Amino acid sequence: MTTLDQIAAPNRRRRFGSLTLWAGIALVGIHIAVGLLTVVWSPYDPSGMTGGRLEAPSWLHWAGTDRLGRDFLTQIMIGSRIALIVGTGAAAIGAIIGVTLGLLAAFATKLLDDAFAATLDILIAFPTLLIAMLVVAAADTANLGSAIFALGIALSAIVARLTRILTKRVLLLDYITAARTSGTSWLGIVFRHILPNIWPTLSVSFALQFGLAAIAEASLSYLGLGAPPPNASWGRLLQEAQGTVYTAPIGAIAPGIALVSLVIGINLLADGLRDSVDPTRRAR
Amino acid sequence: MRRLAILVLSLLIAAVVLFLLLRLLPGDPANALLGVGATEQQIAAARAQLGSDQPLYAQFLGFVGNLARFDLGTSFVSRAAVLDEIGNRMSVTLPLTLLGFIVALIIAVPLGIVAAVRSTRWYGAAISVVSQLGIAIPVFWLGILLVTLFAINLRLLPSGGFPLKGWANFGEASTAMVLPVITISLVMAASLLRYVRAATLDVLGSDYIRTARALGVSFPEALIRHGMRNGAVPVVSILGIELASTFLGAVVIERVFSLPGLGSMLLLAIQQRDYPNVQGVLFVSTLMVLLIGFAADLLQRLIDPRLRDRTRTS
Repeated sequence: MTTLDQIAAPNRRRRFGSLTLWAGIALVGIHIAVGLLTVVWSPYDPSGMTGGRLEAPSWLHWAGTDRLGRDFLTQIMIGSRIALIVGTGAAAIGAIIGVTLGLLAAFATKLLDDAFAATLDILIAFPTLLIAMLVVAAADTANLGSAIFALGIALSAIVARLTRILTKRVLLLDYITAARTSGTSWLGIVFRHILPNIWPTLSVSFALQFGLAAIAEASLSYLGLGAPPPNASWGRLLQEAQGTVYTAPIGAIAPGIALVSLVIGINLLADGLRDSVDPTRRAR
Repeated sequence: MRRLAILVLSLLIAAVVLFLLLRLLPGDPANALLGVGATEQQIAAARAQLGSDQPLYAQFLGFVGNLARFDLGTSFVSRAAVLDEIGNRMSVTLPLTLLGFIVALIIAVPLGIVAAVRSTRWYGAAISVVSQLGIAIPVFWLGILLVTLFAINLRLLPSGGFPLKGWANFGEASTAMVLPVITISLVMAASLLRYVRAATLDVLGSDYIRTARALGVSFPEALIRHGMRNGAVPVVSILGIELASTFLGAVVIERVFSLPGLGSMLLLAIQQRDYPNVQGVLFVSTLMVLLIGFAADLLQRLIDPRLRDRTRTS
């Protein structure tokens, strides 16, 4: 998947490494700032009908209004907050489950490990979205929490696979043998030797999971399986705007731009992070 | 042979997991079927009719027994045979996915190689930047944008839908496919391109290309004769995963273009708690994923003889 590729891809832009990182930080920073701002202030009441229906962008409503006359910019701004919450929550849940499972598999007996690897290979082929759809269906009620949980579960397969591969690689090294012969417990090995070693690669992967989660959340909401109103998810905004795209095309464009800018920002951040945490890449 | 055994075994495990997963879902299909106002008797009658009042093991034995006879049961809602419904839906999803995949390959392979070989030129870098943009775009938004442009503004193509008669109405059916296929192939090409580029960069930095060049082989010839096979091995396994996930991910694109495919069947079945349909679609999807993985594996062995030897000795 994208994750492994982006980690494996040789990076030839080392001179621009810091530029990449800063562009990423700037883009994500804007979204974080907007998301935080909406907690205390938004241009209009998000559920108040403050204008005519489907107004074009104007000085009063910078992105126009939706089909109920609500300010569209306000909803897109709240969308930033929702996307950040979902992305962070899902990536965190995916990380906790995935890293734990991956570590356990790497330490398990060969048969168990093989079975686990085979299962993950199948799970990886299932899109994050599809797994999340099933989990949401299982949760019975669609709310923000169930969407985050579903996406976290779906992402954990990717994290588990990566953790397992990285851990197995570290386990072959001499200093692990040395630690074992000197009587370090396996938990000690995990926390003192393995996690610090695989952390740089994992942290880059977490950033990418965040992007995947943001896209998958928008898709879930687009399918009507995401968080219900008043959570203005970009996916739901796009779904609602699709019906009125002829009269108000901005509604089908603006939330998409917001989403893409966040995901690109995260991907740039991950790229930059990879260059700065991995000294072997920097030297190349 | 060993691979085939693993394939069958995985399929069996998948059947068990799917069955259990769906029975563990909260929510009673009988309730979903009858609505809020149903009486106790009506619900009990519906349960008996659906078979959902049977103990779990009896339901499971029935499911596996039917599977062996290629029978995926009948839908709770429409009472139609699940396999027939899947067959109908497949006639939309399969061409959609395969055509999208082929177009994506045609776009991604040459561009990926160019992006690697000419990574220092502006167009090499431009290809990489565009693909970076491409992986950040959600497939449904690209679909909406293309509909806005080609169906609403330019009025060149239909914005969605599929003829009721299906492929019997070939002209209409194929024009309905154009935009969805373009959408899928663009998104898929963006991520494939990155793999092709990475694989080509690996090949370019390898010793055998340098040796071949030192021996006087021209650069294109070295790349084609020595690079292609080596670069293709990792790409093929990615291709398998991409094809499988596009097939399963068609649910979103089918929604954008209101296509009656496998994905929309699954979405509807989930909403209606139509277990046999959910189960059937997921089972067939898993079968496809496993078969694609199997095919990718065989293809890799065909390309790289070293992989064949390795399994023989192990």
